[in-house]
Amino acid sequence: MTRVFISRDAFALALGADAVAAAFAPHATVVRTGSRGMAWLEPLVEVETPAGRIAYGPASPDDVLGILAGTAPSLGPTEEIPFLKRQTRLTFARCGVIDPLSLDDYAAHGGLAALAQARTLGAAATIDLVLQSGLRGRGGAGFPTGIKWKTTADADGDRKYIVCNADEGDSGTFADRMLMEGDPFALIEGMAIAGFCVGASKGYVYTRSEYPHAIATFDAALAIARKAGLLGEGFDIAQRVGAGAYVCGEETALLESLEGRRGQVRAKPPLPAHKGLFGCPTVVNNVITLATIPAILTGGAEAYRAVGLGRSRGTMPVQLAGNVKFGGLFEAGFGVSLGELVNDIGGGTLSGRKVRAVQVGGPLGAYFPPALFDTPFDYEAFAARDGLIGHGGIVVFDDTVDLAKQARFAMEFCAAESCGKCTPCRIGSTRGMETLDKIAAGVAVDANTGLLRDLCHTMKFGSLCALGGFIPYPVLSALDHFPEDFRP
Amino acid sequence: MAAYEPWNEDRAAEIVAAHISLEGAALPILHAIQHAFGCVPTDAVPMVAKALNLSRAEVHGIVTFYHEFRRTPPGRHTLHLCRAEACQAMGADRVGADVRTALGVDWHGTTDDGAVTLEPVFCLGLCAIGPAALLDGAPLARLDAAKIAAALANAASAAAP
Repeated sequence: MTRVFISRDAFALALGADAVAAAFAPHATVVRTGSRGMAWLEPLVEVETPAGRIAYGPASPDDVLGILAGTAPSLGPTEEIPFLKRQTRLTFARCGVIDPLSLDDYAAHGGLAALAQARTLGAAATIDLVLQSGLRGRGGAGFPTGIKWKTTADADGDRKYIVCNADEGDSGTFADRMLMEGDPFALIEGMAIAGFCVGASKGYVYTRSEYPHAIATFDAALAIARKAGLLGEGFDIAQRVGAGAYVCGEETALLESLEGRRGQVRAKPPLPAHKGLFGCPTVVNNVITLATIPAILTGGAEAYRAVGLGRSRGTMPVQLAGNVKFGGLFEAGFGVSLGELVNDIGGGTLSGRKVRAVQVGGPLGAYFPPALFDTPFDYEAFAARDGLIGHGGIVVFDDTVDLAKQARFAMEFCAAESCGKCTPCRIGSTRGMETLDKIAAGVAVDANTGLLRDLCHTMKFGSLCALGGFIPYPVLSALDHFPEDFRP
Repeated sequence: MAAYEPWNEDRAAEIVAAHISLEGAALPILHAIQHAFGCVPTDAVPMVAKALNLSRAEVHGIVTFYHEFRRTPPGRHTLHLCRAEACQAMGADRVGADVRTALGVDWHGTTDDGAVTLEPVFCLGLCAIGPAALLDGAPLARLDAAKIAAALANAASAAAP
């Protein structure tokens, strides 16, 4: 029977992929894959032909016979769809292609080679490769991964841990979720390599509870890996589930939560690399960081380093979200301009109205107007314009957006999610919300705007972590770039 | 549809015992208790505290820190509706207001007939196809009030005997 590939990713499920797969079942062999990341085409159906996979979508159960007969309108070969063709897929090379829970599929597509390579090279040489690749943490902070690993490897400790941060709480981001649902063995392999390099015997993946499908897929992958002897003696991984606290995406709050406490931020130093989980030397890395390690080892550190811009090396899975026509995941080398991502690749707004603002980097990221669309997607370039790329999410808003309302939401979100440990964040977020309410009501607008700026300064420099420290970015960028929204 | 067990101390003790040997067992224990009973009942707190060698105040602190731990069981169906920025860009504020009006509840509320609990959520990772929600854990996308009403009606009829 003909083989057809239909995603089992949450994007596809939300748009009815299960019904489409059920309709195909009597007529074809259905392989459930991860998502290709073209969310607007889900449910996407790919039919295997001698000329490669041919794509159809969005598909409905009524399209089954037409697709199998070749009479339904086709998108052509999947790999030739411009959105995919323009990408440099390294981390997501297998996502959407293989059955995420088939270790054979994983190995047939280059999986497990990197772990063997690391064992042959030895720990120190492997860490050197990670250093040479220029890989920086993809969770948002952009810290060089190799340095983190070397620090943990050099730290004294009977026990060491690898902790994977899968608490992907930023609105506009879904790369971790897609990877865990679409290529979970890449994360497992990356963690096993990290464990080998630093001498850790145990790994934890802390996944947010809002991702039930990622949790289920990753648990299933862990069981398969354990059965195959990939995990177990020497190095094992357990998944832990969060409970709806955004701040647990901050690495020290995450460690507190893993230890069974309130997710309150710790002061640094000591760094987790020296004293992390249960006081032991710990590598804390994001899902994408760890899942990129196998691709770096098999493709070569120099080749990875050759892609990118400035100090941002390699690829970034950019996530196009919100009011965007072609939403989804676009993995490309750093350096693509924001405007190209939003207008060219994303196709502008879904509503068809003018793009007025984009928020890059989640709830703590700045709102940029189209005037800043020449900013290249790069850690330093965004920082230079008082923004951040964070975990790579871009949320597009059309001209109906009210930036004063968005600024108020930022403070409201910070007040709800503050862990309470430091005063600038705990109290400042509530005072910020009240001040924005006064501005919206037209009460002493100039004086209150000055007060708000002063408050943002205190929060930025006085908060213990990025929650209170970065919430000024959306607030001040809204004030600076969209002052008209703050006038009565 | 969710079916929860009534509070039972022996059952709770079993759950605690099954997870107590884990490193940092508090969250796994609380999740398992909530999975069984639909919430973390007040009676469970001293039990968990004793098992973990913590004070009741500390366990209370953990339970109340995390948004997801409930003090009372939810309705027969739970709708987690996303309120975060990407969904806002697609009109989630309006959808949230419409749903609250239609159900006659505020956020975190349960309808009078015990059918639906409405919980706000900040991001489900469905940001390219918003407004999004989870209904009893199943993802829904491109939502408006009518689509949500249809999904709830569908869930209610599927659950009917």
